[in-house]
Amino acid sequence: MMRPLLAVLRRDLRLARRRAGETLLGVLFFVLALSLFPFGVGPAPDILARIGGGVIWVLALLSVLLSLDRLWQSDFEDGSLEQLALAAVPLELVVLAKCAAHWLSGGLLLVLVAPLLAVLMAMPAEAMLVLPLTLLLGTPTLTLVGSIGAALLLGARRGGALVALLVLPLYIPVLIFGVSAAEGALMGLGGTAQLLILGAMLLASAALAPFAAAAALRLALE
Amino acid sequence: MHFLANPLRFQRIADAIFPWAAGGAALLAPLALWLALVVAPPDYQQGEAVRIMYVHVPAAWMAMFVYLCVAAGSAAGLIWRHPMAEVTARAAAPIGACFTAIALFTGSVWGKPMWGTWWVWDARLTSVLILFFLYLGYMALHDAFEDPQRGARAASILGLVGLVNLPVIKFSVDWWNTLHQPASIVRLDGPTIDPSMLWPLFTMMGFFKLFFVAVLVLRIRAQLAERRLANLRLGAEGRA
Repeated sequence: MMRPLLAVLRRDLRLARRRAGETLLGVLFFVLALSLFPFGVGPAPDILARIGGGVIWVLALLSVLLSLDRLWQSDFEDGSLEQLALAAVPLELVVLAKCAAHWLSGGLLLVLVAPLLAVLMAMPAEAMLVLPLTLLLGTPTLTLVGSIGAALLLGARRGGALVALLVLPLYIPVLIFGVSAAEGALMGLGGTAQLLILGAMLLASAALAPFAAAAALRLALE
Repeated sequence: MHFLANPLRFQRIADAIFPWAAGGAALLAPLALWLALVVAPPDYQQGEAVRIMYVHVPAAWMAMFVYLCVAAGSAAGLIWRHPMAEVTARAAAPIGACFTAIALFTGSVWGKPMWGTWWVWDARLTSVLILFFLYLGYMALHDAFEDPQRGARAASILGLVGLVNLPVIKFSVDWWNTLHQPASIVRLDGPTIDPSMLWPLFTMMGFFKLFFVAVLVLRIRAQLAERRLANLRLGAEGRA
């Protein structure tokens, strides 16, 4: 059971490495879009530090949203998705493996560059630890929930803008708890409760989202 | 279940329901408005603005109830491939979106004099806004595919996924300390609202329910007619 799933994981990671330019585009967007804020709201450090947590979270969310078409589209076009659906392992587990690979080659990179962005936003030193921690718990949830929306839109006439409409409402709770966990910890109020809720959302989406995404994929392959 | 799968039979039943629902709604509308605007007493704190509540609360209830109908229809469509369940769910969604918009709008109009602001980002308001977006996503996904069947199924999956939002809306006022007041009608220890306000509210609720059923039947009829028209066109092209 594990071997085919590991094979899927390895294959996707290798593909992500070979198309490094495409993979890194999400991170590049994350950094570039952030650098717009000092120009937009002015470079005053106190303002930047105040909005930093929220801005970094929103940009991480949008970056995951932009990368969602990478999840199924190319496999759908070249037919390997059909092969995966025919495989002996349940499609739900394949979804989980593919989401894991997608997160390792996308969300994880966002977590790793987040400390740098915290510095750019003139945030206090603790933010360099707290912010990546909340993103570490939150971004996998974004990938899992997003995989449903991306799978539903395979073969749609106009997928691009629609995926935002389908996925963003479901992202709002993750954003709320991610930002409040980071800000609670930074203001010394403690963000443990919010971190626990983020973790709960991750576990719930890991348990439930693969079923919905697999149903959507089967529908697309009919 | 299978008894209802035949479109003609389904439509006959819907047609039989329609006059009752539409007639009942037409009778209840003036009664409910009279009760809410004239008979019900003004609130000791909110004054006359409390009357907005008689539209706001039923609309918000309907917003959630209709989403439940959409999700139930979606589930029946996915599990049993029940064609009429899909039609019903699709017909209900825009009505639910309208109820949600009405709830958001009336809440905002009431919030300005009472809270001093049109909108606050508290848990109840945010989760209802998410509900509105879910309705829009459901409707947009329906139309996003060349193949209507595919659109219906994809939208059904989204409809079921969106179900996670309903308990969040219902319990948001209990889980979080919010500006929006907690539940005062559906409570274990009975409603905390005076009967002189409760009855106008229930009458309004009845009117909203009947109105929903009547419009739903109209929309289902329109959809079945549209489908028949598409089939006739296909047939005509096939012969030509």
